[in-house]
Amino acid sequence: MNASSLFTFDAVAAILAIPVVAATLLALMPGYKVTARVNVAASLLTLVAALCLFVTERPEPGRYLLVDDLNIVFIVLNTFVGFTTSLFSASYIAHELETGRLTPANLRFYHAMYQIMMFGMNLAFVSNNIGLMWVAVELATLTTVLMVGIYRTHEALEAAWKYFILGSVGIAFALFGTILVYLAAQPVVGEGYDAMVWTLLVERVADFDPALLNVAFIFLLLGYGTKVGLAPLHAWLPDAHAEGPTPISAVLSGLLLNVALYAVLRFKILLAASPEAISPGPLMMTMGLASLIFAAFMLYRRRDIKRMFAYSSIEHMGIIVFAFGLGGPLANFAGLLHMVMHSLTKSAIFFAVGHISQIKGTQRLSAIRGLTETHPVLGWGLVIGVAAIAGLPPMGVFMSEFLLVSSTFARQPLLAVPLVFGLLVAFGALLLRLTGVAFGQPRGSRKPADASYLPMYSHLVLVLIAGIYLPPPLVAWFQHIANLLR
Amino acid sequence: MQGPVYFDIAHMLAGGLVLVSMMMLYQDRLYALLNVFALHSLLLTLSVAWQAFIQGAPHLYVTAAIALVFKVVVIPVALHHMIRKLGIHREIETVVGIGLTMLAGIGLVALSIVVMLRVTPEADPLTREDLAFALSVLLLGLLIMVTRRNAVSQVVGFMSLENGLVLAATGAKGMPLVVEISVAFSILIAFIVIGVFLFRIRERFDTVDVGALDDVRGRRRK
Repeated sequence: MNASSLFTFDAVAAILAIPVVAATLLALMPGYKVTARVNVAASLLTLVAALCLFVTERPEPGRYLLVDDLNIVFIVLNTFVGFTTSLFSASYIAHELETGRLTPANLRFYHAMYQIMMFGMNLAFVSNNIGLMWVAVELATLTTVLMVGIYRTHEALEAAWKYFILGSVGIAFALFGTILVYLAAQPVVGEGYDAMVWTLLVERVADFDPALLNVAFIFLLLGYGTKVGLAPLHAWLPDAHAEGPTPISAVLSGLLLNVALYAVLRFKILLAASPEAISPGPLMMTMGLASLIFAAFMLYRRRDIKRMFAYSSIEHMGIIVFAFGLGGPLANFAGLLHMVMHSLTKSAIFFAVGHISQIKGTQRLSAIRGLTETHPVLGWGLVIGVAAIAGLPPMGVFMSEFLLVSSTFARQPLLAVPLVFGLLVAFGALLLRLTGVAFGQPRGSRKPADASYLPMYSHLVLVLIAGIYLPPPLVAWFQHIANLLR
Repeated sequence: MQGPVYFDIAHMLAGGLVLVSMMMLYQDRLYALLNVFALHSLLLTLSVAWQAFIQGAPHLYVTAAIALVFKVVVIPVALHHMIRKLGIHREIETVVGIGLTMLAGIGLVALSIVVMLRVTPEADPLTREDLAFALSVLLLGLLIMVTRRNAVSQVVGFMSLENGLVLAATGAKGMPLVVEISVAFSILIAFIVIGVFLFRIRERFDTVDVGALDDVRGRRRK
């Protein structure tokens, strides 16, 4: 592919260019009301451009960019949650400015970073070059590090520092893995750019040296797995979620973890296509189950509401990685569906939590009680969200968990035991906390919420619809991807 | 170009990098650590330039130049300055004793040599050895980061880890320029980020000890 074909296709160029232009504008513009609107508008435009990917003709996979069935799902999900979060962020930020936790200068920085992060994530999804993908994931991470530390409190700095150090180690491992993949590909595909182009790698992977690929995958899984928040490498995740601004917690959980997961999946497909390399499944299943069970128990001891939902994210990423590790059409389908449902539900929960902690002025669980009485709209939104994330029917999460559990019983009955155990433990913890927060004796401030309910409820409605009725074209689409993932 | 002399020189430079990484493990003063890091980067520069010469890959000279300017000169000087301004030229507290750290370091080097040589039997010998050394440098950098509590020395550990990555990237023949530039860029970005962080941390607490940051948890009981 030459440079000109990169520009003839507008949808891909648009989802990359709009955030960059917006970031530049936002960095220059004063006034938070205008910038918040520009942020929303830019996110909406990116979403529209992403939706265009469905209708316009797809470009040939090039040296740098690629659009296929797998990444369209990720891109559309990413830009959709990016848009709703920017709506939520506008009302959240207004309150932060009032209380003086953020200054107008902070906000300018915050909005510009938000768009650069969107750019990094979109770039990671469309890149066909494993080197470019690495750069994009790294860019998205660095911007979130800066945003986590934006409050400059003791805790925020600790969280950002921890995130930065652990993230860098992950980045380093991922790059080393990428170099090893290149080395494995180089004798077969030839020196230079071609040996980093993912589509070419997949075609020729059968001839690669399997031992080198195995080592490469272990580094890649550890490296990108740090970003996914898998169990032994998750330490940064709860802090980063708890101490940063809530819109950032929402995109961290809903989107950034998916970006890293996407990278793992790309390499999983690569390894699965090589007959002699180790199968990536058992490694992924082990890490997934470990994350699930560990996080499920950690849920019980949390005192901070954002930290609790951060652990819940680790739990769900564990489930998703387990599902993709198990493989096969049904489990992959469940994993994909679960990923979409988790992104929507978890960001909706963080939208609710953001407003709640602003009203109460604290994130301590013990200080938040009886929300359904004092703030019915927010409270019930949270109840629905937590019920959904805990896996209660008729929400979409129940559907995907059910599919996964039944597929596990059919194929690896022994593994279904720890899976169901972890799900139940987490379920108990979430409901235990929910009863106090939603239905206890009201405590703390009762002042009315100045919130935007639209982002939260639009997500929850989507999750509910997915639980009741999945449109056949969507099912066919997901099944197709599930087969692609092997 | 593949004569025994070419190989030996490349081997010596990469091996020197591992040796200097080991030296970094036992530096207990910040200034000394920075000086050893500058030496580390200088060796990296030479190694990359030598690779550029034997592979006939002129773009690698750019990578070497970037390493020379940023990692041998700019960053150590800037960190020197920062340390003086912060007034923290006192001893580094190492979490684990030096003997134990050295033993762990030796173990890591052995591990990476065993792993990398075993999985690359068919690769060109130069690439193999480079890769084994690169992984050693990477793991030693990690070890430095783990055994230090001071933010500046963690940063130095991280940069030595990145040096290992650059060594690996240049050892892989014909690796596209994109990646090399990105490596250099990421170091630059990382440095800016770190700079911002150090600035903020100092602004708040007058200390760059990450251990002090950890104390927060005791009070707050998450």
